[in-house]
Amino acid sequence: MTAVVTGQILGEGELKRLSPRFWLARQTQLAMFWGPVFVAALVVALIVNVSAADLLPVVVALIACVAWLVERGRYRSWGYAEREDDLIVTRGLLFRHVSVVPYGRMQFIDVTAGPIDRAFGLATVQLHTAAAATDARIPGLDRPDADALRDRLALVGEAKATGL
Amino acid sequence: MSVMPPPDAVAAPLEVGQTWRRLHPLSPIVRFGRVLIGVVVIAVPSIAEQPGLHHDDGLPISVIVYLGLLVLGGIGGFISWLVTRWRIADGNLQIETGFIRRQSLRIPLARIQAVDVISPLSARLLGLAEVRVVSAGRGAEHGRLAYLTAAQAPIVRARLLALAHGLEVGTPEPAALPLLHVQNGLLLPALLLRSQVLAPMLIAVAAVAAIAAAPVVGAGALGSALTVLVISGLGVARAFNEDFDFAISEAGDGVRLDRGLLQRRHETIPYGRIQAVRVVEPFFWRAFGWARLEVDVARQSVSRDSDRDAQQVARTLIPVASRDQALWLLARVMPDAHPNPPPEAGPPARARLKAPLSFHFLAAWFGQRYVYARTGRVQRSTIIVPLVKVQSVRLKSGPLQRAFHVATVDVDTAGRRWQASARCRDEHEAVEMVRHISERARLSRRVPPPLPAAALPVPAAG
Repeated sequence: MTAVVTGQILGEGELKRLSPRFWLARQTQLAMFWGPVFVAALVVALIVNVSAADLLPVVVALIACVAWLVERGRYRSWGYAEREDDLIVTRGLLFRHVSVVPYGRMQFIDVTAGPIDRAFGLATVQLHTAAAATDARIPGLDRPDADALRDRLALVGEAKATGL
Repeated sequence: MSVMPPPDAVAAPLEVGQTWRRLHPLSPIVRFGRVLIGVVVIAVPSIAEQPGLHHDDGLPISVIVYLGLLVLGGIGGFISWLVTRWRIADGNLQIETGFIRRQSLRIPLARIQAVDVISPLSARLLGLAEVRVVSAGRGAEHGRLAYLTAAQAPIVRARLLALAHGLEVGTPEPAALPLLHVQNGLLLPALLLRSQVLAPMLIAVAAVAAIAAAPVVGAGALGSALTVLVISGLGVARAFNEDFDFAISEAGDGVRLDRGLLQRRHETIPYGRIQAVRVVEPFFWRAFGWARLEVDVARQSVSRDSDRDAQQVARTLIPVASRDQALWLLARVMPDAHPNPPPEAGPPARARLKAPLSFHFLAAWFGQRYVYARTGRVQRSTIIVPLVKVQSVRLKSGPLQRAFHVATVDVDTAGRRWQASARCRDEHEAVEMVRHISERARLSRRVPPPLPAAALPVPAAG
């Protein structure tokens, strides 16, 4: 539904997606967590002499698969669109959010990059308005894209700035 | 420097300009008065119990210790008074304080949201008052001038407000036109009729009746009901103390609130800074046709603020009034706002299953200037947000909502208390709402707000 909804709100223009490297980074994170858990489950299954223990690695693998699917859905749900006067950000798989943030309301813009983000050359752009509830965050952009977006937003925000 | 100072400024001369000024010398006594009383309360019984107090062989050690503490505290208070100074210069209210750790606070006058005069009981007894400056912005700080004399405080407030609005320094505080005064005889029953008081009271009555039939269960229920009753009674006492003798008046720049029994407060809410207004109608009030009005102004997060009083910045516009009076007042604050929903403002019938308890009150609609959202289960509350103040618009839908093909539209403002939340709208209507609200908010930002007299039709969401 999100695609339909954003399509209707957007009217024109297309929703931009996150960098494919963000999905790679997410999968790496998943592997870094579920890999060791799976190995541990395997070791337990080999050591413990209970028949039910053999199921443990299978269960862990299933949960990891579900986590992978959820993560993929979340990755696909992210999107943003720069319109003439506002920025639209969509996110969420189960609880879907579509935020419309006018450029004139932006107070400042954050560009952050954690260690994994940096390893994959990614960055997160976050917009802040005077409202605490505004949640316009775009993770997993290619670093040059993020910087370009920040510059564009800062420029257009300055041009359209309004007071409280 | 004003050419012609207002007459009361002559009575309490005060240079506004480059000169640094100190607070009133009695300030430390008021500020640390509570601590002093606490020490005395602890010290006196422990000294009285000392054996050998009435012998003539000098003062006992404990008395000397307490006196020493008192002297040290007095010196500390004196030093803190000595190193604290303030002035209004370079477009800033500047406050410098701290002996070991110097702190210099600069509050840009242009960012002042409101200036309040607050006089706690102890300050009132000494003829003092505090001027508190509420400013906007993330991480901004409150400027507190605690304390000035009761005569100076209104003058300082008038100057700060005049400068904040870019007027002449000597501009006197604009005359206030009284709007409404809440009778204390109405305030008390209204506070008692709120469900958090009445519900435990009814349970207590029912428990007394039940004691005859089932003593153990009845007594247990009575006990817990009485406990809740005591807590809510304290809440009523506090609210009564805060909103006692409540008077609201209108000045050129905004509304003035005067209230308080022990601690008097004189607050200003500039019109332009109001982010949202809420009309609250508790369950039992509706039988009498009463309503309460609350406003949300832009300010920093209070969670980080250690100041207990800062949380009370949250404002009541009128604690209780008849619905007609409340709506009249609302029209003064937000011209052309109509908080009665048009018939098509309700959610679709299928939403009754999604929100069975609040369905009867759910409504959301918008006009040319305002977004309205009504919610509530027992208490009906209508939030009104001017489109000019809209910060961002958001569409949310959870899995359950999608099953019912409904969605929520949130409208954020720079206020900290509420956001207008249109719950359980039809999916397509929600999309239309997001589109129209953001479009109208954009247009209203572009053109200056129309004059209050300009009556605009209020079409429903559609």
